[in-house]
Amino acid sequence: MTTPSGSALIDVANISKSFGSVRALNDVSMSVSGGEVHCLLGDNGAGKSTLIKVLSGVHLPDHGEMRIDGQPVRFSSPRNALQAGIATAYQDLAMIPLMSISRNFFLGNEPTTGWGPFRQFDIARADEITRIELNRMGIAIRDPSQPVGTLSGGERQSVAIARAVYFGARILILDEPTAALGVKEAGVVLRYIARAREDGLGVIFITHNVHHAWAIGDKFTMLSHGRSEGTFRKEETSREAVISLMAGGAALEELEHELGHNAPPSSQS
Amino acid sequence: MSASNAAAPEHRELKQDDRLQQQHMLRRVLLRPEVGALAGAAALWMYFAIAAGDRGFLSLAGTASYLEVAAQLGILAIAVSLLMISGEFDLSIGSMIGAAGMVIAILSVEYDLNIWLAMFAALLVSIAVGVVNGLLVRWTRLPSFIITLATLFIIRGLTIAITRIVTGRTTVSDLDEAAGYASAQRLFDSEITLLGAGFPVSILWWVGLTTLATWVLIRTPYGNWIFGCGGNEQAAHNVGVPVNRVKISLFIVTAVAAWLVAVIQVIALRGANVIQGEQREFYAIIAVVIGGTLLTGGYGSAIGAAIGALIYGMVQQGMIYVGIDSDWFQVFLGSMVLFAVLLNQIVRVRAMKVGS
Repeated sequence: MTTPSGSALIDVANISKSFGSVRALNDVSMSVSGGEVHCLLGDNGAGKSTLIKVLSGVHLPDHGEMRIDGQPVRFSSPRNALQAGIATAYQDLAMIPLMSISRNFFLGNEPTTGWGPFRQFDIARADEITRIELNRMGIAIRDPSQPVGTLSGGERQSVAIARAVYFGARILILDEPTAALGVKEAGVVLRYIARAREDGLGVIFITHNVHHAWAIGDKFTMLSHGRSEGTFRKEETSREAVISLMAGGAALEELEHELGHNAPPSSQS
Repeated sequence: MSASNAAAPEHRELKQDDRLQQQHMLRRVLLRPEVGALAGAAALWMYFAIAAGDRGFLSLAGTASYLEVAAQLGILAIAVSLLMISGEFDLSIGSMIGAAGMVIAILSVEYDLNIWLAMFAALLVSIAVGVVNGLLVRWTRLPSFIITLATLFIIRGLTIAITRIVTGRTTVSDLDEAAGYASAQRLFDSEITLLGAGFPVSILWWVGLTTLATWVLIRTPYGNWIFGCGGNEQAAHNVGVPVNRVKISLFIVTAVAAWLVAVIQVIALRGANVIQGEQREFYAIIAVVIGGTLLTGGYGSAIGAAIGALIYGMVQQGMIYVGIDSDWFQVFLGSMVLFAVLLNQIVRVRAMKVGS
């Protein structure tokens, strides 16, 4: 697969964000190009969630600059970010289980027919588009009017991705989409992420699972205590280095060393 | 030979598709929130038809009597169902009925205002109450149950206190002497004669508003937003649904529904009483819950609420026809709620399983 490494779709520079006295993000920079999966790694509380909330318009940064296609932007709401082409699929907040697939798909962007006060939600068209779009991503849905709650976790994430792609997202932020999934299901989601990359989208992929990150990632940015520990291209690094980064790097080595004292000597490597 | 071989699998496939289709239809029907209520209403109607059919329950006059009770509660319940689907409560509507009724009565009787102007003033008051409820809930992010419990008492208290200051009494009568009463009566308190029996016009309001609310809920983007807000407020917000606007507008809708009930009542009674509408908020919630709407929001229907109100009306009037002491009414109503909640729970869990 060839991915054109053009100029960055989104570029964030020196972003800081504090909540009260807590510095959640401290001088973080990263950039994502089209056709690239950028993995955001880090421990709980490292600032991953805050960073994606800044990117998706939930929080305004205190300092720093965001550029899309080189143009400075400032999002005051998630709607702003959406209009700029940034779509976010949250791990647990992506879908509303008791609503139908097509209603979920078009929530906030309903197609309408008619005019004036008689303008109404065009459900037939919504169902049709939903079926076509999901089929295009390889998800066979029998009935788009069935509740999202009847879908598996992986299918739900895939619907969220399909929705973002359909609504013209150029940057897709996926917050631990594979966290609660089994091996097979996670594979399905990773395949859709690859499909989105082939479509030229820039994907920001947050995960705790090194196998998922390594399988799909082109770049890896490590956050720790609100700071960036650097960005690595896949070819510049190794699976082991990423594992070490994700496991907490130096902190883990220290732990290994400490535990090594009580373990049999043969376990020392 | 080969032809029959080719035809066989095709035939089987078709059959299987048929079965799938049927399963979808069944699930779709079972997933409708109002299914349980509809079955309950049919069962109750049959019970009363057998128990009191010869005592007038089946007569047109008997039908009109329970439909009228159902209509007045139904108008409220429809509005409450929309608000509850969006994930909020409004307990203040009972007091709002009393307040709106008193505003109309005092302005038109004590200050000789045309009744239409008095009604308009009361409408503005109800919109203001809806806005205040909505803003308080959205600003504080406290549960609307608590906020509107507070406004329930504040509005009732204000109604009693101000009425006593202005009139020295707690009731205002002789509304029929106010200017414009005759035309208002035609719109809100006339009877439509059908097959020799008089049906109150409030039934038309009820049916019309049920239709409108159902259309809004399932056929407009705004309706989709209502479901979204109640299903998962954060998710709805994240995809660009204006959650504040949706919820505040629905608090206005419930307050205006209370105003409409007040208008119908004061014109029918030719006067107002400060305690009018007491406990209506609970009966409205009961009707909505019996109608299959989830207390936690995100799921429900306006038709269900209308059927819930129908059940309320049928039971209240049916018990009179059967000759059961009305002391038992509340026992029955409470049991209905429990039964409805359990039934809806089971149906929903089963329906969600069909697909996976």
